[in-house]
This record gives sequence, structure tokens and C-alpha cells, in this order.
Amino acid sequence: METSEIILRLPYGKPFVFVDSLEQAGEEGVTGHYIFRKQSVVYQGHFKKKAVIPGVLLTECCAQIGLVCLGIFLTAKEEAPETAFALSSAEMEYLIPVMPGEQVKVRSEKIYFRFGKLKCKVWMWNAEDKLVCKGVLAGMQLKQGYE
Amino acid sequence: MTEPQYYQKLKTIVSPYLPDDVSVDEIGMDSHFLKELNINSANLVDIVLDVEDEFDIVLENEDMEAMQTVRDAMVIIERKRSS
Repeated sequence: METSEIILRLPYGKPFVFVDSLEQAGEEGVTGHYIFRKQSVVYQGHFKKKAVIPGVLLTECCAQIGLVCLGIFLTAKEEAPETAFALSSAEMEYLIPVMPGEQVKVRSEKIYFRFGKLKCKVWMWNAEDKLVCKGVLAGMQLKQGYE
Repeated sequence: MTEPQYYQKLKTIVSPYLPDDVSVDEIGMDSHFLKELNINSANLVDIVLDVEDEFDIVLENEDMEAMQTVRDAMVIIERKRSS
């Protein structure tokens, strides 16, 4: 499956898309990019005095690129391919802050995809190639349409 | 392996996945993993993967679907091990 096709199949819409492009997608993992837009209103309140991307959004970005895009790739061959995965667990470590306007790269590595559960390791780097956060995410394939 | 041995091993596998309000003592032969032990479907997958490792067997989608109670699991494990 082409990486552009995966992006088209993502079940998210504005303002909750955290994937700009995919560099690579395969059986074992996915690599993609996203720029946290300066103009997003969310950062005006996080924090009041200095804008920093909230950890939950770093996790969301890791999940959309690393878990959901990988899930779309892995289920593409199924009769009824699934595009939605519900996050079932997240164990993350956050190492350095990300500011509005920064571009990040996310890489995932599949641990397993069995019985509808996809578990993978994820890493996020900033434009200087410094590790921003890392962790283990898991999600369950959703059987109803969430497109 | 005897039935009590299977049962004991299964209890050990299941217990880390129990929610906070369910104790190990509540696990019985006919306990339903999802409905009675309140294990969610994501954790049930991990239980099934742990069962595969512990008993050195490979489980298919239909085994996963049939594995609703502790007893179901014991029957499926026994069948897989003897085949």
C-alpha cells in the first residue's frame, strides 16, 4: 500500500490530524512526520505564559503515525480493511519539550499484531534529531466504521 | 499435566490482568473473563499470548473466540497440547 493511500484512509479530521506525511510504511513499522502548527489555539492555554506542546498531543501524534498508520498498512489486505484503532494502553516517557512550529519525526516498530490488538514501540525526534519521547502503545482494531 | 495444575497455571497467568476491584480468589473454573472477571478485550489478548508462551502452543482466532471462561481455556490448551 502506498503511503499516500494510508494518509487518505486515516479516520481523523481537523483539528485532530497529527500526521503530515509518511516516509516509509512496512510490515514491521512506520516512519512519518508532523509539524505542530503555531496557530493552533490549544497551545494558548498550555501554558498560559509559555506555549509548549502538551504530552498528550505528543502521544496522540505517536499513536496516529506509529500505531494507526501501521494498523492501516497491516490490515490493508483484509477483506474489510479497518482504519480505526482504539488506544488501549500507553506507556510513555517525555524527554524534552516541543514548541509550536516544530517538526517532529515518529518511528514505530511492531511488537505484535494478534487477535485485533496492535502493540508497538514508538519514538519521536525533533528537527535536530534529538529524542523527544518514546514508549509503548497498543490499540484494538475497531470493527465498526469510524471513518 | 493434571487439571489442578492447569488451573493453577492459568490463575497465575490471569491474575496480573485483573482490574483493581477483582481479587485472585474470585477466579473460578467457570469465571467468564470479560463478564465476570471484568478483564477488557485488550488484556484478554495478552492473556492468550501468555498462555501460548506458557504452554508452548499456537492459538488461532477461533480459539480466542471460544476462550470465554477459565474452563474453556483449559479445554483448548489440553486439546492443543495433545494434538
